[in-house]
Amino acid sequence: MEFKKKSILDINSLSAEDIKIILDTADSMKEINERPVKKVPALRGKTIVLFFQEPSTRTKLSFELAAKRLSADSVSLAASSSSMKKGETLLDTARTIEAMKPDILVMRHSMSGAPHFLTKFLKCSVLNAGDGRHAHPSQALLDMMTIREKKKSLTGLNIAIIGDISNSRVARSNMRGLVKLGNNVKIFGPPSMIPFGIEEEFCVKACKTMKEALTDADAVIMLRIQKERQGANLFSSDREYSRLFGLNPDILKFAKKDVIIMHPGPVNRGVEITPELADSEISVINEQVSNGVALRMALFYLVSGGLKNESSD
Amino acid sequence: MKVLIKNATCILFEKGEKKANIFIENGIIKEISDTVKDADKVIDAKGMYVFPGLIDIHVHLREPGHEYKETIESGAKAAAKGGFTDICCMPNTNPVNDSPEVTSLIISKALKAGFSNVYPVASLTKSLKGEEICDYGELKETGAVALSDDGKPVSDSSVMRRAVEYAKAFDLAVICHSEELSLSKNGSMNEGIVSTRLGLTGIPDTCESLGVKRDVEVAALVDYPVHIAHVSAEKTIEIIRNAKKRNVKVTAETAPHYFTLTEDAVNEFDAYAKMNPPLRTKKDRQAVIDGLKDGTIDVIATDHAPHSDEEKIVPFEEAAFGITGLETSLGLSLELVYSGVLTMPELAEKMSINPGKIIGINNGIFEGNHANLTIINPDFEWTVTREGFVSKSKNSPFIGRKIKGICEYTIKDGKIIWSRTN
Repeated sequence: MEFKKKSILDINSLSAEDIKIILDTADSMKEINERPVKKVPALRGKTIVLFFQEPSTRTKLSFELAAKRLSADSVSLAASSSSMKKGETLLDTARTIEAMKPDILVMRHSMSGAPHFLTKFLKCSVLNAGDGRHAHPSQALLDMMTIREKKKSLTGLNIAIIGDISNSRVARSNMRGLVKLGNNVKIFGPPSMIPFGIEEEFCVKACKTMKEALTDADAVIMLRIQKERQGANLFSSDREYSRLFGLNPDILKFAKKDVIIMHPGPVNRGVEITPELADSEISVINEQVSNGVALRMALFYLVSGGLKNESSD
Repeated sequence: MKVLIKNATCILFEKGEKKANIFIENGIIKEISDTVKDADKVIDAKGMYVFPGLIDIHVHLREPGHEYKETIESGAKAAAKGGFTDICCMPNTNPVNDSPEVTSLIISKALKAGFSNVYPVASLTKSLKGEEICDYGELKETGAVALSDDGKPVSDSSVMRRAVEYAKAFDLAVICHSEELSLSKNGSMNEGIVSTRLGLTGIPDTCESLGVKRDVEVAALVDYPVHIAHVSAEKTIEIIRNAKKRNVKVTAETAPHYFTLTEDAVNEFDAYAKMNPPLRTKKDRQAVIDGLKDGTIDVIATDHAPHSDEEKIVPFEEAAFGITGLETSLGLSLELVYSGVLTMPELAEKMSINPGKIIGINNGIFEGNHANLTIINPDFEWTVTREGFVSKSKNSPFIGRKIKGICEYTIKDGKIIWSRTN
């Protein structure tokens, strides 16, 4: 096993083998989070900067806990309180951060490609915690980890992704990863939320009906409806959306009996998913959150060369 | 001052290509013949082509207002280096060129610089707001050769109609940046496979074709020519082709990047490949090439849009639209000749004669005409480098590209304004 990536910017640049190494490592990290003393010294002396230009609760908390549980020193910086407010450019801010010698920069930005842009100029490792509508690799990896855990496999499964595909970095990263590992991915949403050429580019099936997308599904990933986008006329109203494009027990009957329901959060209860389904036994939304910490511990560990150190010990 | 260009292959149009010596005296082409006359300066153009001086009718110089990107002097020098004897500069400066004052400022600065001729294009509407038309008569008297809303298209069709009607009174060319802005809002690249891959908001080709359709219909309604700027999409070319069949008075230009690159150049988030209209698909690129070949597209212009690193070395969606173009246009356009799309005389039409017709300049090579000439070495091979640009800005997606063919000399009114070797 060898993991050579220094930065993780999107799923596209990971091989199937890379993904397996990450998921295996995350599985082994999971146990740490169940201990009474949730801390190992693996990254002692390493500095991790969390640079979030966009609001985030769970992703940021998850990265932060992951850093602390590996004994790294982490600091976080929000754009709203940084010099970017005073007109400093993204590149200058990043160079300033780098001059303080962090080992890993975790970055979230509202613009697609922002971490790809910065990585060209920085020497430290960069982990993309979500860029615009482009990629959210750690979310997709924790989703894959959760599916693999529940289904005991991560190949040949039928997976439905429902909602605003156009604006979703979670969807883009999941489509890439799941297809790369040999799963059948079907997507569905109102045509205003399905981008041009999606089938050709991502090797997925764009379904005409919710029923078609859900038929024989092993897992369903529901995407969050971004209410702030309602003004863009991507959908008419919450009411109609929940009735015709939301997940409810009736439509879910077409899926496999042991289907699991996933959601990257935060959930708009009663819009993309009914509350009873979100809270039901087949919902793995909380497991996703738990696995998120382990998965991000694995990412920190791997980009710091953790596996290499193990073999030389 | 007497200049003799000997052993040249001259592009003479009706007479095709002709091997001859060109004798220039006092800025005028005195003689095209086999004789060798005494001159103060002799240029041996063996193996080279002499073109009528290249004319670029679509250039952004950034003066007044954004001199850190480009000045009239630096832009005119880049033009001379690129082989252009004459360029037209767009009005989106700060202040906007909507007044005789700005027009005459540009002209006097260009005269002082002494490189290529710079002809101002004034704005169609005051401050490019798309509301009130400008004093076209006075602008023409001061030296404006055309009118344009480049970069900020007039949305209101009745304003556009009146603008074109009023331009008719003064015989001023109207250059249209045709775009349906309500459809391209927030977009940063072509809407297609690559924008889907990268999660970038797309600009559909329909933004352009809708805008062009409107402007073509305004030309038909008013019965006055419009010139469509920077055509990039197959749909647009089809509209122009049909309009020409209907005898609507329309001409069109494209830029070298549209027949050289596709949207693939944006991957991964290369802001140097960001321009408006955006780079499109292979199919569109082929349609541009076909349009040049069959005459639907009359002109190659650069849409030279210099930007500093502050506007380009930023995340893709934040980056400014546009690329520097004056210094790479000729080399990239020569590729059309090498690949058999155009002949040398056809290229000279697209880069000099046809744009000249639109603004009323004829750089044709004939006895008695002013000597605006571009001498091209078709065999010289070079690589585009960042350091090589004389423009203030370096924002080119062609850095690193190998090019065959270069401008050896640019001659304006008999005076050498650029020589590659010294």
